[in-house]
Amino acid sequence: MLEVTGLRVAYGGIQAVRGITFHVEQGEMVALIGANGAGKTSTLKALSRLLNASGGSVRYCGKEISALAPHQLVAEGIALVPEGRGVFPRMSIVENLLMGAYSRRDKEGIAADTKHVFSLFPRLKERAQQLAGTLSGGEQQMLAIGRALMSRPKLLLLDEPSMGLAPLMVQKIFEVVCTVAKEGMTVLLVEQNAKLALEVSQRGYVMESGEITLTDDAKSLLANPKVREAYLGE
Amino acid sequence: MMAITLDSLRTDKRSALIATAAIGILLAVAPFVVGSALGNSWLRILDFALLYIMLALGLNIVVGFAGLLDMGYIAFYAVGAYLYALLASPHFGLHVPVWIIIPAGAVLAGVAGALLGAPTLRLRGDYLAIVTLGFGEIVRIFMNNLNAPVNITNGPQGISSIDPINMGGITLAKPLTVMGVTIPSLHAYYYLFLALTLLIVFVSIRLEDSRIGRAWVAIREDEIAAKACGINTRNIKLLAFTMGASFGGVAGGLFAGFQGFVSPESFNLMESVMVLCMVVLGGMGHIPGVILGGVMLTVLPEFFRHSAGPIQQALFGKILLDPEALRMLLFGLALVVVMLYRPAGLWPSTIRRREFRNGSASDVLKEGE
Repeated sequence: MLEVTGLRVAYGGIQAVRGITFHVEQGEMVALIGANGAGKTSTLKALSRLLNASGGSVRYCGKEISALAPHQLVAEGIALVPEGRGVFPRMSIVENLLMGAYSRRDKEGIAADTKHVFSLFPRLKERAQQLAGTLSGGEQQMLAIGRALMSRPKLLLLDEPSMGLAPLMVQKIFEVVCTVAKEGMTVLLVEQNAKLALEVSQRGYVMESGEITLTDDAKSLLANPKVREAYLGE
Repeated sequence: MMAITLDSLRTDKRSALIATAAIGILLAVAPFVVGSALGNSWLRILDFALLYIMLALGLNIVVGFAGLLDMGYIAFYAVGAYLYALLASPHFGLHVPVWIIIPAGAVLAGVAGALLGAPTLRLRGDYLAIVTLGFGEIVRIFMNNLNAPVNITNGPQGISSIDPINMGGITLAKPLTVMGVTIPSLHAYYYLFLALTLLIVFVSIRLEDSRIGRAWVAIREDEIAAKACGINTRNIKLLAFTMGASFGGVAGGLFAGFQGFVSPESFNLMESVMVLCMVVLGGMGHIPGVILGGVMLTVLPEFFRHSAGPIQQALFGKILLDPEALRMLLFGLALVVVMLYRPAGLWPSTIRRREFRNGSASDVLKEGE
């Protein structure tokens, strides 16, 4: 579904992503793990076109998308949950969700999807009219994921959903991500929390200093001594 | 008191009707009341208040809705005013009718808005402020210097003897007689400005409640998230600049016809700052607040100008400080006091008010319970 070949991202003279190649199959959940500064977020930003890649190709469903504008990707069915949540603080939860459906015009479908998001995150339903800026970090993350789902994407790009959250909250959020994946969503998950990410994914890529150094089944990666040493603290 | 009428406006249809009628009558008789009680100079101030409301509502789209800090907004007022001055004055001997010039002014100002917007799309906050400030000054200096080699704007002398606003053979420069009632010129201008202000208020309200309005707010709140929601941020931002500028162009055209004279002096940085103050002090992004800001900031300096002398006379028996100098001091003080005690503006939208009161930090810190 997603084929990335030789992707490069540079900030001025500094190469953050040095020509990486990976792919995500339809219906798969794939984890992209690595330490802080490995280039994971830059990769995701380049995929979602918030950053200009300095080279390489990105094909989505066989179509080259590396020259599209970010809003066109949403129309293509790619939704990004940005790093650090990025909810609209002075809009209520419902308004945030409706913004997620900005590219759609089918009222009934939007209403149905709002219901679906509320069933995934009952917490959000309780606070539907509350301003997003007053939510806890975990709730904001739920909202950001919910909002991304509102565009009815085929591919969900998640950037560090566990960042800065209490472990219990992280678990809840990952449960929902798994539910969404089981419903047939294709997910590319970028995470520092390697253990958690690999436990829920089918395959994983390990990124180091802008390069993919390792790739395997998620289970094999979890068992890999190098990964265990470098990312799982053993 | 206005807040009460507005709240009831939402809850009860009958009281809404009464409130609307009351406001309507108030607006309709205002020039007669002001004119007979306070004289023509205050009537002129009232007319200017309406022009400033139009400007403030235009800038509110850019600053209040889309969150783009524009410090050169008065340039669009200048574009509208100069277009009118050039097309309807003896300067070029052209006398194009008003109903062509005003819409043309809106369009031309809108184009100028897009021209300003295009190179500044990647900028935000203070960087954007500096670029727009420069743009405003460029326009003013252009007007100042476009008298050589070919005299287009007549330079610092400005353009005078501009045609008064004149529609279908009826000129607003002389008293009008409608159905036996004589309406003096200043009153007639008031009604024309009021009509256009109401139109602009209506357009503003419709825009705020539209897809575009929500996209503006989304960009203001978080631009990356807005992109992730599928908003074409480039076009939507350009649209904010264009719409806001076109309101300014309309106000500028009316100003030129009303004043009969334009010169670059009228479009200096201080004017941009003034309009920005109206938006911020009134309540950014909240239409009634911005209108209130426009009225307050037009009336207040004039009030100080007219009252500073007599008050000193009464208190000290003589005038110690020149009222002209004192009024800006008092005005500045008033601004400081408002910002200290009402940081969200005189009449903020409920959301902003909530936010400033709660100082939401404590809520955000309740992490993951």
